[in-house]
Amino acid sequence: MTDISRLVTLPRRVVRFYIDGFRSMTVGRSLWLIILVKLFVMFAILKLFFFPDLLQRDYDTDEQRAEAVRTHLINR
Amino acid sequence: MDDLFTTVDWSRWQFALTAMYHWLFVPLTIGLAVIVAIMESFYVKTRKIKWLAMTKFWMLLFGINFAIGVATGIILEFEFGTNWSNYSWFVGDIFGAPLAIEGILAFFMESTFIAVMFFGWKKFSPGAHLAATWLTALGTSLSALWILIANAWMQQPVGMEFDPAQMRNVMVDFWAVATSSTAIAKFTHTVASAWTLAGVFVIGVSSWWILRRRNVAMALDSIKVASWVGGIGLLVTLATGDISAVNVAKYQPMKLAAMEGLYRGSLGQELVGFGVLNPEKEAGDDTREPFLFDIAIPNGLALLANHDANSFVPGINDLIDGVSLTPEGDTINTVSYAERIERGRAAHEALRDYDKAMTQGDSTSMAEAVARLRADYPYFGYGYLNSAADAVPPVAVTFYAFRIMVMAGGYLLLFFLFAFIAVYRRPAWLQHKVVCVIGMLSIAVVWICSQAGWVTAEVGRQPWVIQNIMPTRAAVSDIAASSIITTFVMFGVVFTVMLVAELSIMTTQINKYSKKNIDEIAKS
Repeated sequence: MTDISRLVTLPRRVVRFYIDGFRSMTVGRSLWLIILVKLFVMFAILKLFFFPDLLQRDYDTDEQRAEAVRTHLINR
Repeated sequence: MDDLFTTVDWSRWQFALTAMYHWLFVPLTIGLAVIVAIMESFYVKTRKIKWLAMTKFWMLLFGINFAIGVATGIILEFEFGTNWSNYSWFVGDIFGAPLAIEGILAFFMESTFIAVMFFGWKKFSPGAHLAATWLTALGTSLSALWILIANAWMQQPVGMEFDPAQMRNVMVDFWAVATSSTAIAKFTHTVASAWTLAGVFVIGVSSWWILRRRNVAMALDSIKVASWVGGIGLLVTLATGDISAVNVAKYQPMKLAAMEGLYRGSLGQELVGFGVLNPEKEAGDDTREPFLFDIAIPNGLALLANHDANSFVPGINDLIDGVSLTPEGDTINTVSYAERIERGRAAHEALRDYDKAMTQGDSTSMAEAVARLRADYPYFGYGYLNSAADAVPPVAVTFYAFRIMVMAGGYLLLFFLFAFIAVYRRPAWLQHKVVCVIGMLSIAVVWICSQAGWVTAEVGRQPWVIQNIMPTRAAVSDIAASSIITTFVMFGVVFTVMLVAELSIMTTQINKYSKKNIDEIAKS
């Protein structure tokens, strides 16, 4: 295999490497299931419904966010 | 105001729960990666099957721990945006930059090299695979580096300038932030303690194998490697703990006073080795004794804090009053807490004037307000305190957590000393039933030690979320406490389920692999 063809096939070989690796796993499959469930709970439930970035959500510009924080910190 | 306090308290509890849960996994990941890399290095050098078997078994436990622990730290970042929005904005890129570097590094290094570690045994040369294992170990420590730099900045804020227009602390000197004495001490102390924790974990699990008379030779070799990594880790932890103590004395003297239950300091201040605090003692009160009972080491604290056995160490009331002593015993004045509060309020007033001038477009008044703000900014956070007593951390929690950490550390010193002697001179000792049980129980001790260290560091720095600049009560968002309580309960349930899952998977694999012979483990 020439250097150029090795380079061209690199992305495919990397994907293949991961696919083969996942297929040959034993304990790893249940671990990946746990990871995927955990990431789903974190990003699709917790982040979406319970942990909004308040300043991003409530204000449109950085100036408004700075003003909001200034007001909070002056009056607290 | 009551609701604000409830919000502050629940936000604190939630952050503590998630941070402590996250910290159950992180040190084992950092330390076990190094142990696995050392074992694999022996395999590549000797090509002996026992080293390959050991590498694969401990790598499996590393993988289980990594999988359960991975991304638990992301929850902390969620909390910054929701519960701590004022803080998140106020710290600006000082906190954002290290966290972004950490995220990118962690993602690329860990996703690449861990994949090679687990999937690449037959696809890479032994040398290339070993390089991936060491890079994984390096990557886990580098991930910790950036988050610890951010944490250290909160304890020793340097390299920044406050911009009232942006309402942010702007980083003006990255290297000052990254190489502050607190950052260096915190990183080395934390990573070395992770090696210690992993060393005890490996010895504990190996002890269980020995107790069950399974793969005893492999367990003894594992103990040998773990003793070196854990022992060296513990010595570095002790040395960097000393550097941390000097830093705390210099930059967070109130924390040090709380760690010692010290209300009035003296020249050549003694160190309380063990003591029972008087629960009625309060800041500002000089009539009651601070301890119901104590055993002290003469000159110990002076030596620890200042590396000078005859030096003065201020207590809580000394700091509040703003008094110190020269080496000759003459009283000198420092900035009292009453004055700090006054200057903090002056800084707030300057910020109000700046806000008003900005609304009116009066640039002259804005510049004048900024000059006043800059002069008093080092005391900005004190403006939020109602009294000097508000600047005192919870003494009992800080005092006892510190002692738990130190006593557990002392026990671990003896533990590793025994392990070294036994593994090199008296291997039969390690096969004694009582020794095996102690080895297993020590796993709990090292985790308690590790968590107690963080409790000391984080509770001891209260009320500050950024030392002297921002108290916790100012950092918190205007949200209802009920919403935090809901997610707190959710986390409690989810974390418990995940912890049970990890322990279940891990113990199942430890048991399963103990029944395989070395060849089977090496081929797994």
